[in-house]
Amino acid sequence: MNVSEQEQSLLYRTWKKSFLYPYWKNKYLTILLLPTLLFFALFHYGPLYGLQIAFKEYNFFDGIWGSAWVGMQHFERLFEMQSFWEVFRNTIIISFYKFLFGFPAPIIFALLLNELRHAIFKRVVQTISYFPHFVSWVILAGIFTVFLSPSMGPINIVLKAIGLDPIYFLADTSWFRTVLVSTEVWKDLGWGTIIYLAALSGVNTELYEVAKVDGANRFQRVWHVTLPALVPVITIMMVLSIGKLINDDFDQVFNLYNPAVYSVGDVLSTYTYRQGLVEMQYSFATAVGLFKNLIALVMVLSANWVANRLNNYGLW
Amino acid sequence: MKETSLGSRIFDFANILFMIILCCSTLYPFLYLLSMSLSPSTVSFAQIRIIPEALTLENYQQVLGYDYVIRGFINSLIRTILGTILMVAFTVAAAFVLAKKQFPHRRFWTMFIVMTMFFSGGLIPSYLLVKDLHLMNTVWALVLPGLVNAFQLIIARNFMMSLPEELEEAAKMDGANEIKILIKVIIPLSMPIIATLALWNAVGHWNQWFDSLIYMTDRDNDVLQVVMRRIVLQGNMEAMNGMMPQDSSNINPETLKAATVMVTTLPIICVYPFVQKYFVKGMMIGSVKG
Repeated sequence: MNVSEQEQSLLYRTWKKSFLYPYWKNKYLTILLLPTLLFFALFHYGPLYGLQIAFKEYNFFDGIWGSAWVGMQHFERLFEMQSFWEVFRNTIIISFYKFLFGFPAPIIFALLLNELRHAIFKRVVQTISYFPHFVSWVILAGIFTVFLSPSMGPINIVLKAIGLDPIYFLADTSWFRTVLVSTEVWKDLGWGTIIYLAALSGVNTELYEVAKVDGANRFQRVWHVTLPALVPVITIMMVLSIGKLINDDFDQVFNLYNPAVYSVGDVLSTYTYRQGLVEMQYSFATAVGLFKNLIALVMVLSANWVANRLNNYGLW
Repeated sequence: MKETSLGSRIFDFANILFMIILCCSTLYPFLYLLSMSLSPSTVSFAQIRIIPEALTLENYQQVLGYDYVIRGFINSLIRTILGTILMVAFTVAAAFVLAKKQFPHRRFWTMFIVMTMFFSGGLIPSYLLVKDLHLMNTVWALVLPGLVNAFQLIIARNFMMSLPEELEEAAKMDGANEIKILIKVIIPLSMPIIATLALWNAVGHWNQWFDSLIYMTDRDNDVLQVVMRRIVLQGNMEAMNGMMPQDSSNINPETLKAATVMVTTLPIICVYPFVQKYFVKGMMIGSVKG
C-alpha cells in the first residue's frame, strides 16, 4: 500500500465516522425529506427570527436586522394601555364561555347519538351535524349577518311578530358575546362528537349485557359503562382545549365584529391584526402576538402536566 | 337489546325529537339563504320562506356575470389544486422517510417538525417573511407558508409505520431504491390516507381567505372568499357595482348577496357527501394512533 492509498483509506474511515455518512448512505431518503425540512426551517423557524422586532423599532428601510433596539418599551406601553387590558379581558371571557358550553356539548351529543337505535337515522343526523364544520367563517358570517339582521332576519321577524323590539345582535354589546359563543357551539357541535363516538364504538358490548343482568336501567348503564369509557378521551380533549383557550378564533370574530362591538368583542388576535397590518405598528403588534403565544405555550404545557398527574394520560 | 319500559320509550321519543330539531337548526340558515338567493329582488323579506313563492335564477345570472366573482373563483381553484398537489407530495415523501427506522436522527427530525405545533412567530413576522421573499401578489404566498402541516405529517407517518415491512424488503431484493419503493409499493398501499390528506387540504384551501386578504394587494388576485367578504360583509358598493343591473333604483341588493354566498358555498355542498366520510376516517386514524 503506498502513501496516497493509505491517506485515502484514512480519509474514507473519517468520512465513515462523520455524522453525514448515514445521510449519504440513505441519500434517497435524505432527498425525499430535505424539502420538507427546508420548509419547516424557513416558514416555521424563520419567523422566530422576525420576533426580535418586538424589542426593536421596526422600520421598513432598515429591515428586521437593521432596526434599532428599544428593549422592553413596546411591552411597557402594552401593559399600560387601557385598550390592551380590555382586549385581554374579552379574550379570556369569550374563551371561557366557549369552553364552558363548547366542551361538554359534544360529549352529551355523542352520548345521545349513541342511544339512537336506528342506524340510518343516526348516520343522517351525523352527516347533517358535521356540515357547518366544512363551511368557512366568511361564509357563515355572510349567512349570519343576513339571518340575524334587525330588519329582515327571521329571528327578528318572529320577535316583531310577538310584539317585541328587534335586536341588532351583531352590533349590540350585550348580545355580541352570546352570538360568538352560540355560533361557535353550533358550528362544531357535530364535528366534536367524532372522537367520542370513535371511543364509544370500542366499548365492549358484553359490559352492557352484564350490567343489564345486574338490573341496571338505561341511564345507569350510560352512567356506569358508557361514560367511564370516555374518560381518557375527555382528558385528552380537555388538555387540547385548555391549550387553545387563549387562541381565540380569529376567523370568527374578525368576520362577525364591527366597531360598535369592539369593546366586548375585540380579542388578542384581531387586535394584533389591526395594530399591525392596519395601523402598520409592526413592532407593537409583534409584542402583542409574542405575549399571546407565550401564554398559549405555558397553558398547553401546564394542562398536559396536570393531565399526566391526574391519570397518566397526557398528550406526551 | 330491546327496551320496552315506558321510561325508556319516552326517552327514545324525546331523543329522536331532539335530533330532528337539531338537524333543522343546522340546516335552516343555509336553506334560508338558498331560498333568498332564488327569490326575485323585489321580494319583501317577511315573505321569505324555505320554499320561495317565486323562483328565479336572475341573482345567479348577475353574480356569475360579474368578472370579479369569476376571477375570484378561478383564483380559488388554482390555489386549491396547486396547494393540494404540492402538499400531498411533500407530506407523503416526508412521512415515508420519518417512518423508516434506519433514517439517521429520525427522532430529532420528528421533534424538529412536531415542535412547530406549539409555537409560531405570529402574524407580523410571518407577514414580513412573505414580503421579504417577494411572494406578495403571487399564488405562492397562499401555497408555500402552509405547505406541510405537522399534525397531518405525523398522521401519515403513523399510517405508513403500520404497513408491513416485508413488502419493502421484497422490493429491495429486486433491486429497487427507496424512491422506487415509495412510488411502486408505499403510495399504492397508502391511498386511503392520501385521499384523506388531499380532501382535508382541498377543503382547507377553498375556505382559506385571510392570507389572500393580507398578501394580495391587487384585487385581481383575490380568492373567492375574499370577493364574497367584500361584497357581503363589507357591503362594499364599489365591489358590488359590477353586478348590479343598470336600472337598480328599486332593487334590493340583499338577494344578490345571498346568491354570492351560495356561489361560494356550493362547491363545498357538492363535494361534501363524498368528502365527509374521508374526513371522519382521517380524524379516527389521527386520534386513535396519534
